[in-house]
Amino acid sequence: MKILVTTEGENLQAQLDVRFGRAKNFLVYSTDTMKWNIVDNQDNQDAGHGAGVSSAQKVVDLGVTAVVSGHFGPKAYEVLSAAKIMMFSTSDCTVEEAIDRHRNGKLPLVTTPKEPQSH
Amino acid sequence: METKDSKKVWPEEVRGPIWAVASGKGGTGKTTVAVNLAWVVGEKVQLVDCDVEEPDAHLFLAGDASALREVTTQVPWIDQSKCDFCGLCAQFCQFNALAVVSRVSLVFPELCHGCRGCSMLCPHQAISMVSHRVGQMEIREIGPRLTLLTGTLDVGSPQAGPVISAVKELRDPRILTILDAPPGTSCSVESTLRGVNRVVLVTEPTPFGLHDLKLIVELVRLLRLSFGVVINRMVPGQDLVRRYCEEEDIPVWLEIPEDRRYAEAGARGRILVDEFPELRAAFVRLVDQLKEADG
Ligand code: SF4
Ligand code: SF4
Repeated sequence: MKILVTTEGENLQAQLDVRFGRAKNFLVYSTDTMKWNIVDNQDNQDAGHGAGVSSAQKVVDLGVTAVVSGHFGPKAYEVLSAAKIMMFSTSDCTVEEAIDRHRNGKLPLVTTPKEPQSH
Repeated sequence: METKDSKKVWPEEVRGPIWAVASGKGGTGKTTVAVNLAWVVGEKVQLVDCDVEEPDAHLFLAGDASALREVTTQVPWIDQSKCDFCGLCAQFCQFNALAVVSRVSLVFPELCHGCRGCSMLCPHQAISMVSHRVGQMEIREIGPRLTLLTGTLDVGSPQAGPVISAVKELRDPRILTILDAPPGTSCSVESTLRGVNRVVLVTEPTPFGLHDLKLIVELVRLLRLSFGVVINRMVPGQDLVRRYCEEEDIPVWLEIPEDRRYAEAGARGRILVDEFPELRAAFVRLVDQLKEADG
């Protein structure tokens, strides 16, 4: 299966980015082949409203089974749940550590979206 | 829904002027200035509260909220039985208001800008446009000469623009209109200021006041509007804003001195010009200057 980790960088040693909708890059990791690749999400990094929806749509189109990030906004959460993609939350680690934690079953499944920020 | 009258385009000579009261930030006394201005203007006037996220002019002006109207926008509704989840609509929408995942298509009405593009492009005619409520409007008859129109954005709805436009539309274009703009320089302020004849910028004489004043001056200049400044809570010796206005050739229409009695009366929801004759005189002068500028 394929899992996706949001990150600021471009490899397994890069830091996890906890903001799902506004993450710079997605690292897509295949647990079968142990290969990975980077998918650019920069167009959403600077997007206004709707970054969550379009980031989530991008993830759905990549056909991954699970996403590891920090927090998921309400709209991203709705799209990903509708697509039956599992969401996991962690923080303060590299992409590689996040994948390890996920494989060892150490990450909690996200079951509620992050509250929207008022502005 | 709409009264036929308000939709009609009136010829220039019977149209009343529109003045707006704006401020680069909240808490400068913008609403106080708008309310007192409307109170002393001496002719038929409608005050429009365009601060739709936090309307507050009605706290000063008692009157029954009579006619209540909904403000709606048009958003897509997807017939799931006709949709084949091709995803074209989601790819098209530049506001990311649509998402199509495996066997579900999702609409996020609060992101939609109502362009109808998705409904026209769907190859299966699965999308129809439906009404989506974003806020409401109230009309209050405050007295024989003053009507208050209030727009209120629904909680959670991010689009102030449609509510502001709707509540502005509600006015009778033949009589004088005073708009109480939202604070700041956001696009809702722009929506408010569109089509206005004269803008009153309310500021404080402090360095922070000056900073925010400069931002809104930039905006009204960009919109090519005629404007002047009211300095609120003026303290003798605080000449920063005064000097800036002099340098920039901006008229200072009124200075309201810092006074605890004014602040207390304001906090109790009183109309200042009724309690303090010196303020009534000052606001009458402000009206004269605005009318003079109208020519
Ligand atoms: S374009 Fe029409 S058919 Fe295609 S996903 Fe959108 S609603 Fe469904
Ligand atoms: S009407 Fe326009 S803005 Fe609204 S969802 Fe369709 S394409 Fe997007």
